[in-house]
Amino acid sequence: MELVLSLAIGIVFASGIWLVLRPRSFQVLCGLMLMSYAVNLFIFAMGRLWIDAPPLTPAGTLPNPAILADPLPQALVLTAIVIGFATTALYLVVMIGSRGLTGTDHVDGQEPDL
Amino acid sequence: MSLHWTQHLILVPVILPLLVGAALAPLTQGWHRLKFWLSYASILGLVANALALVHFTDGGAWQDGMGIYLAGNWSAPFGIALLADRLSSIMLLLTALLGLASLHFTKQRWGRIGVHFHTLFQFLLMGINGAFLTHDLFNLFVFFEVMLAASYGLVLHGYNAERIRASMQYIAINLAAALLFLLGLALIYATTGTLNMADVAGRVPLLAGDDLALFKIGATMMALTFLTKSAMWPLGFWLPTTYAAASPPVAAMLVLMTKVGAYVVLRLWLLIFSDDAGAAAGFGQDALLYGGMATIVFGAAGMLSTDTAGRMAGYAAIISSGTLLAVIGYGQPNLVTAGIYYLIGSTLAVAAFLLLIELIDRIRTPRSAMLALTMEAYAVEDAPVEPVGRGVPAVMAFLSLAFAACALMIAGLPPLPGFIAKFGMFHAVLHPQVVATAANGVMTGPTTIPTAGWVLIALIVLSGLIAVISMMRFGVRTFWASGVLVPPKLHRTEVMPIIFLLGLAIGMTIQANALFGYLARASDAIHRPATYIGRVLSEPSLPGPASSPAPTINLTPEAP
Repeated sequence: MELVLSLAIGIVFASGIWLVLRPRSFQVLCGLMLMSYAVNLFIFAMGRLWIDAPPLTPAGTLPNPAILADPLPQALVLTAIVIGFATTALYLVVMIGSRGLTGTDHVDGQEPDL
Repeated sequence: MSLHWTQHLILVPVILPLLVGAALAPLTQGWHRLKFWLSYASILGLVANALALVHFTDGGAWQDGMGIYLAGNWSAPFGIALLADRLSSIMLLLTALLGLASLHFTKQRWGRIGVHFHTLFQFLLMGINGAFLTHDLFNLFVFFEVMLAASYGLVLHGYNAERIRASMQYIAINLAAALLFLLGLALIYATTGTLNMADVAGRVPLLAGDDLALFKIGATMMALTFLTKSAMWPLGFWLPTTYAAASPPVAAMLVLMTKVGAYVVLRLWLLIFSDDAGAAAGFGQDALLYGGMATIVFGAAGMLSTDTAGRMAGYAAIISSGTLLAVIGYGQPNLVTAGIYYLIGSTLAVAAFLLLIELIDRIRTPRSAMLALTMEAYAVEDAPVEPVGRGVPAVMAFLSLAFAACALMIAGLPPLPGFIAKFGMFHAVLHPQVVATAANGVMTGPTTIPTAGWVLIALIVLSGLIAVISMMRFGVRTFWASGVLVPPKLHRTEVMPIIFLLGLAIGMTIQANALFGYLARASDAIHRPATYIGRVLSEPSLPGPASSPAPTINLTPEAP
C-alpha cells in the first residue's frame, strides 16, 4: 500500500510541476491544483497508513491510541483543502481578468515573439 | 485562578483587525469616510496595544518577558499558543505604525477606488500580526495564507494590466510556496509528532537516523517558503515586479511582508537548530549566510541596473533582506541585535521611499493624465476627488529633502538609522562575542574574525555605495536635470505619512541607545530556547467552570 500511494503522489506531483512550467495560465492553474492534491495526500499519509482504524472514539469510552488512526493529519488536510481551494479560485479570477485585459492567456500577458 | 487581563492583550492584534475588517465588508462605498475612520481607529488601537505589549514584556510584568495566551484554553502542545515577547512586540509595533502611515496615505485617493480596500487592509494586518504571535506551525501557515490572500487583493487594487500581470506571477509563486510549506509541515509532524514550536524544538535533539534526515528535509522545505517571502536569491525574482506594480500604500505594506519571512527564519531557525539541538545544531547556517550574501549582490546589481524608482525600491528591499539573512546565518547574538535594528530602520526607509515615489512621479506626469489612466482601468465608480485647497507649501523642497533622507537611510549614511545599524553590525562582526559558553562557565578568549565576516562587511559597504550611486542618479535626473518643473499639488494627507515615517527614523537615531538595549534583551531571549520551551510547555490552562474532573487521558505521542 505504501508503494502504491507514494508512486501515485509522486506521479500527480510531477504532472503538476510539468504543467506549472507551461506557458498558458490555465495549464499553470491545473498544475497548481494537481500539486495541491498531491500535497494533501502526502499530509494524509504522514499520519501513517491505517486500515480499519477510526480517528474518533465512541462517546463514553477511554481512547486507546493503539487502535486509533491519527486524527490530526486529517484535520490538517481539511484546512489545507479549504485554503487551497479558496486561493485557487482567486487565481482563476485573476486569470480571467488577465485574459480580458491583455487579450491573451499567456502567463506573461503577451504572446512570445516567434 | 483566572487569566490576568494583560494576557488578553496578546489576542487583540489578531481579533481587532478581524472584527473591524468583517464589519467594514458590508458597507458600500457611499460610506467611505466612515470606513476610513473605522479602519483608522482600529490601527490606532493596534498601536496602543503594541505599545502596551512592549511595556509588559520589557517592564517585568511577565516572567522572562513572555506573555502566553492559550487559545481555547488548551494547554501546549495540544492547543495553539500565542506568545508575545520582546521581539514580537516590537514587530507588532512596527506593523501598526507602518499600517498607520499607509492608511493615512490612502485617505486622499487610494482608499476610495475599489470597494473592499479597507477590509483587505485589516485582514492583511491580522495575518501579519498573527504570524508574529503564533507559536504553532500549522497556525503559522494559516496566518500566512490570511496575509497572502489579503495581499493578493491589495496588489490588484487599482486594477490595470500591469498589476494583473504582476499578480499572476505573485499569486502563482506564493501558491507554490504554500505547497512547500505544507510538505515541510507534514514531514515535521511525521518525525516529531507535534506542531507546537516549543515542543518541536524540545524533540529535535532526540531525533536520529532516518527521522533526523526527514526532519531536515521538512525544515528545508519550510525554510524555502520563508526565504521565498523574504526574497532570498534565487527565490526573489518576483519581488521587484510586484513592488513596482502595486499601488504605493500597498507596496509599503509589502515591504513589511518580506520582513515577516525574515522574522520567521530568525525565530524558528534559532529555536529549532540552536546549540541545544544535538545532531541538528546549526543546520543550514551556511545556506543562510552565503544565500544572504548572494542576495545582497543580486539586490545591488539590480539596483544599479534599473532606473525605475519602483524597481529600485524593490531591490533596496532585497538588499536589506539579504543583509538580514546573512546576519542571522552568521550566528552571533549581538550581531542579531544590530540586524533587528537594521530591519526596523530599513523597513521604514523603503516604505517611505515607496510612498514618496508616487508624489515624485507627479512632477513628471500631469495629474489629470494619471487620474484618467486610473479611471480607464475599470472598477472605479466613484470618481476620486482632486485635492482641492489646503495644498502644502514648498512642494519641491519637501520632495527633494524627503528623497535625500530616504536615500541616506537606504544607503546607510550618517546621521540616520541606516548608518547606526551598519555601524552596529560592523562592530559586532569585529568583536566576536563569546556565545553561550560563558553561561556555562567556559570562557574562551577572543576569537579571530572568520573570512566570512570580512566578506560580509565588504558586501554591506559595497551595497551601500551602490545604493548611493543609483539613488543619486535618480535624484539628479528627477530634480535637477528634468528641465522646467511644475511643482505638483500635494495633499496634506499624502505628505504627513512620509514625514511621520522619516520622523520615526530620526526618533530611532535619537533613542538608539534605549532601542539597542531593548533589542539586545530581545535577541538574548531568542537565543535561550530552553527557557522558552519550558515556559510554553508549562503554561497552565485554566480550570473549567464544571467541577467534574475530565477523564485522564494518556496522550503521550507514540514513538514515531
